[in-house]
Amino acid sequence: MFGRKKTAPVVLAVSSSGGHWTQMQRLAPAFSGAEVHYATTDETASEQVSTRNFHVFPDANKDTPLRLLICALSLAWIVLRVRPDVIVSTGAAGGFLAIRLGRIFGARTMFIDSIANARNLSVSARLALNVADHVLSQWPGVAAKTGAEYRGAVI
Amino acid sequence: MIFATVGTQLPFDRLLTGLDSWAERNPNTQVFAQCGLSKARISHIDTTPTLGVSAFRRHFEAASLIVAHAGMGTILTAAELGKPVILLPRRACFNEHRNDHQQDTAKEMSRLSNVTVVQDQEALHRALDFAVSQEARSILSDGEIVPTELDPLIDVIRDFVWADPSLETAMGFQNQATSP
Repeated sequence: MFGRKKTAPVVLAVSSSGGHWTQMQRLAPAFSGAEVHYATTDETASEQVSTRNFHVFPDANKDTPLRLLICALSLAWIVLRVRPDVIVSTGAAGGFLAIRLGRIFGARTMFIDSIANARNLSVSARLALNVADHVLSQWPGVAAKTGAEYRGAVI
Repeated sequence: MIFATVGTQLPFDRLLTGLDSWAERNPNTQVFAQCGLSKARISHIDTTPTLGVSAFRRHFEAASLIVAHAGMGTILTAAELGKPVILLPRRACFNEHRNDHQQDTAKEMSRLSNVTVVQDQEALHRALDFAVSQEARSILSDGEIVPTELDPLIDVIRDFVWADPSLETAMGFQNQATSP
């Protein structure tokens, strides 16, 4: 059919540094074929990816409100520049903010809670439940009691 | 070489001083620690506050044993590289974290064959003694821990990335229309 257009989707993969970033790297094969942009809080992480589509934003959490605001502004700028079709995050606070912002511009969004959260969803994941198209927990028990989905885990 | 890592968020002196006192009694074992914001006096091990992603990986690969907080980055890298790892979970009551989720992580991860979980310095010392004695007999390291749930998760994400947006939008509208 001539009407069928399938260009590579633009993916913005957002994660804090450390374990969040490690988990995103484990999931990176999911983005093969797409135009993927990484956004994270540690600039040295660029050494690990071959793409030049690499963005840095300041780390923040709910106990650092001012930094949270700067983080949100920084992510807004990244979202505006990248114009992603899809935003995928492995947490934490920055991931939720990116998804919240991405929704405004019509991006489809998925929040994958860190496998570290074995008993409860993180605060960011709970907030994402109201915003993201999909919120995944990596623990079946957590998914069952929170309304998140269980679809697998990084380990 | 033992590589210790405590992440970057809050100090974790309980692990570092525990390791330091063990290193004092075991001068033949080289210990290198990424110590974060710690202000503790550490005199028997080499430390650095932070490590870039590549340097972190290099130290990890060079080490025969990992000692760490129960951070998922460490646990996943240890699984990937097949390194034995001793975890001391951070506790909120000692101001080592904002909450006790590392306790949950450690408990769940203790099922992995390369993971040993300890709760205090005394247990850390015992685990270190045991791990080093094992190492001497070179029966450590089972090789990479193969993740079984990873591929299904990657498939779900790939399907989501490549999903037809017009279809999703239509479903979105439908949901909105039926919600009260």
